[in-house]
Amino acid sequence: MKILIGISCVPDTTSKIDFVDNNSQFNTTGIQYIINPNDEFGLTKAVNLKQETQAELTVVTVGEAQVEPILRKCLAIGADQAIRIEAAPQDGFYVAQQLAALCQKQQYDLILVGRESIDYNGGMVGGMLATLLEVPYVPNCVHLALKGQKANLKREIDGGIETLEANLPLVLGTQKGLVEEQDLIIPNMRGIMQARQKPLEVLPPAEVATATRDIVFEKPAPKGAVKLVDVDELIRLLEEEAKVI
Amino acid sequence: MSVLVFVESENGSVKKSGFEVVSYGRALANNLNVPLVAVTFNLEDSNALHLYGPDKIIAIEGKSDAYFEAHPISTTLASIAKQEEASLTVVSATANGRYLAPILAVQLAAAYIPNAVALPEAYSPLKVKCNCFSNKAFSYTESQKDKVVLSLATNSFGLIEAQKTPALETRTLETASQQLQVIGVEKASGTVSIADAEVVVSGGRGLKGPENWHMIEDLAAVLGAATACSKPVSDMGWRPHSEHVGQTGKPVASNLYIAIGISGAIQHLAGINASKNKVVINNDPEAPFF
Repeated sequence: MKILIGISCVPDTTSKIDFVDNNSQFNTTGIQYIINPNDEFGLTKAVNLKQETQAELTVVTVGEAQVEPILRKCLAIGADQAIRIEAAPQDGFYVAQQLAALCQKQQYDLILVGRESIDYNGGMVGGMLATLLEVPYVPNCVHLALKGQKANLKREIDGGIETLEANLPLVLGTQKGLVEEQDLIIPNMRGIMQARQKPLEVLPPAEVATATRDIVFEKPAPKGAVKLVDVDELIRLLEEEAKVI
Repeated sequence: MSVLVFVESENGSVKKSGFEVVSYGRALANNLNVPLVAVTFNLEDSNALHLYGPDKIIAIEGKSDAYFEAHPISTTLASIAKQEEASLTVVSATANGRYLAPILAVQLAAAYIPNAVALPEAYSPLKVKCNCFSNKAFSYTESQKDKVVLSLATNSFGLIEAQKTPALETRTLETASQQLQVIGVEKASGTVSIADAEVVVSGGRGLKGPENWHMIEDLAAVLGAATACSKPVSDMGWRPHSEHVGQTGKPVASNLYIAIGISGAIQHLAGINASKNKVVINNDPEAPFF
């Protein structure tokens, strides 16, 4: 069993979002990067599956050299090897094609990507990758159990849960609930030391095109002043001004 | 040429996001001077859509009305998009729409632009304003391909009436592959889902414990609202994960969001920023919400 986990390197959830170069580029000054939380749930699930199935875990990211500490952290959490595709992740379609090129060379049984990155929120890499590879995709995955070449799955839908069954190979979009927040693995010293010895391969990117380009960014208008009101005034405002009740 | 929109329905009725996508599509079609084709899935009666102005409605008939199978729906939509020579296909940025769109974009060799919040600024190439950074910023994103699939952020465009009498067609759903099968769906009956709700009532650690949640539920019942909670509340197991709203939970784009005993950490604000009106009840005047 070979499992590939796609990792996106994103600004920490507390980051202040700002732009530079006439609002055309994200301002990376002072930004702490983390493993995209949705990807980390998938990685943790894969580490749990490794104990059951002796699966071999590969983490992959499309990114330049500065993302390597994030891959080392994934290795410390429990991945066996890491691959960095040496290119800036220009858009979701570009990343999906890079991963597809890798998957066509290496046959993975299961591919886990976060349901979306918390920076660009595209939520497209999993679906595009699966379609390029002509395998099924299930996003918002909150349960995964493997039985040989079959997977039992649950997908969170609006107002409920859908149960599915799929044959491998398969691409899943992972999120919170696939493992619990408290079960996320904090690397220990032994893991960190071992991670230094594990292979981290740098691959050249495939020659592929992007589909979209972010021309300029804009920040939302500052929120209006907070009105501090009593209950009667609140009801009046909601009824008469906001017209929401 | 045409604009194609995919209309989501549930239990035989069009969802609010379905009407929004038709209204948005109508405006796009007017700007491009092409017909608007609305595609429904397992919707027997599409009369309710006429008010928002589709020129044609194509109903995809599936075997079961319960399951949304993105792969066969996408394949069917792709074949309709080719037949109708659609340059632009729009879906709602709901859980199902966002499942469908990337698959469809690859099948159509189209660019996919997610989470659009307004009509495009330009059409050739298409350039549109989108949510990104979990509602902490917008991007103006441009397509590099002629064909585009867009997902429309819910509760962002609104509804514009434009009554038409559309032509009606039906299509059969393409056969699903045996590789993936939906076994069943469990839905909490009688409650409103966070995605569809006009009003969301959300509780935080300030409620002191799950035994006090009846206050949230009672208020939600009176308002016809969905219930939600902050991250610590779902992490402590007071409420299910499916109620967690915020950056790593569900996004909220309701007309009214009521936060009770939630301080409003930046990650929470990111998830609920798209709500139009926010009411915060908190005895801490220093809460980040304020």
